[in-house]
Amino acid sequence: MPFRKIGLARRSRLICRADVLNLALSDLTDHGGLFLKGAALTLALTAFAILAGMLLGILGAAGRRSRLAPVRWLSGAYVELIRNTPFIVQLFFIFFGLPKLGVKMSSVEAAFLALSINLGGYATEIIRAGLDAIGKGSWEAGFSLGLTRWQTFRLVILVPALQKVWPALTSQFIIILLGSSVVSQIAVEDLTYVGSFIQSRNFRAFETTLVVAGIYLCLAIGAQLLFKRIGRRLFAYAEMAR
Amino acid sequence: MIEFTLWDILRNLLLAARWTIVLSLIAFLGGALVGMPVTMARISERGLARRLAGAYIAFFQGTPLLVQIFLAFFGLALLGFDVPPLAAAALALTLYTSAFLAEIWRGAIEAVPKGQWEGARSLALTRFQQMRFVILPQALRVGIGPTAGFSVQVIKGTALASIIGFVELTKAGTMIVNATFDPFRVYGLLALFYFALCYPLSLAAKAIEKRMAHH
Repeated sequence: MPFRKIGLARRSRLICRADVLNLALSDLTDHGGLFLKGAALTLALTAFAILAGMLLGILGAAGRRSRLAPVRWLSGAYVELIRNTPFIVQLFFIFFGLPKLGVKMSSVEAAFLALSINLGGYATEIIRAGLDAIGKGSWEAGFSLGLTRWQTFRLVILVPALQKVWPALTSQFIIILLGSSVVSQIAVEDLTYVGSFIQSRNFRAFETTLVVAGIYLCLAIGAQLLFKRIGRRLFAYAEMAR
Repeated sequence: MIEFTLWDILRNLLLAARWTIVLSLIAFLGGALVGMPVTMARISERGLARRLAGAYIAFFQGTPLLVQIFLAFFGLALLGFDVPPLAAAALALTLYTSAFLAEIWRGAIEAVPKGQWEGARSLALTRFQQMRFVILPQALRVGIGPTAGFSVQVIKGTALASIIGFVELTKAGTMIVNATFDPFRVYGLLALFYFALCYPLSLAAKAIEKRMAHH
């Protein structure tokens, strides 16, 4: 129903409600800088995790197609273990569990490590699907040029394979961006952590969390657009060939 | 400090696993129930319904599940309830699941060729009848694999209920760690528990998808 057709009483009630929310939100304006800092850390963690996770994913996918059976099993086990356990358990295991073995790290390092390893598992599976979609002819073309298996993978197969699964990869990147909120639980001062901190000061738990949700939504939408552009850039040669 | 044997840890995790399963079932069944009308709205012929459903899905797919759980927890409290963590977690996970299932099901319905709609219409079926007797039976084949696959996401999602204090597997694991100071072993076991819950579902989803693709 268009807004102008809504009765006057209902319209004023809507406006009233917006006012209440406004009042509550004004308590938040003092904390703009904090939100910004939290969002920056969330973005930085996500960006680095995407770079490392993609590297892991490419190696993992190559491992899944390796001629050595133990390498295939290992990368297969990696994928299944990551995909069938919650991220928070992976994070806790790395941050709390690994120090028992003498691996000490800061919470930010643990968060980066956990996010990268998590993305690496999903990326392995996605990129493997991309490799499967590349015809045998491409491999043979590489071999006939005298390239080794690894060279053919790296120089001939990889980029078209990534292009085929780029949409699936980018939605996994968004999942990592959103999933990174969990690192607030090991006191990494990301956007979610900042939200918890602010609400402990202003006692406006719901409104503060709503703002945090809004910022995440904006980040996710922005990231989606960015990944689309990056994809066009990365695979520009294919666009030209079309 | 109390002595915790391996059996003590396992027993406590087993007891807590019940709550992970209960919460997963609530979220999945609730999510399916809410997801159906959202799907119908998403593919409705009315623009407003489509846009509203689209915004609903975008919100739940574009914000962290953890933040959604916080919103449910604080939002219910704002309405004046003394919120049990189970209720807040169940509400958030239900809505989250409904949004994802709606998107999966929309994809499945749109995968049915247009000619099927036209054929059904030419038999003078109403839109509801077209959906019920012609489209849905075919969409089911496409949608059932991914739906089963999403149940794994739901189980993993329930781990976040630990953060608002609901004692399921992850919370129980953390409590045991606080008593035993053995995070390596306990979180390792915890991961295995989740794996035991999720891996069979993953395999089943894969098998269903393969089977449906062959037909």
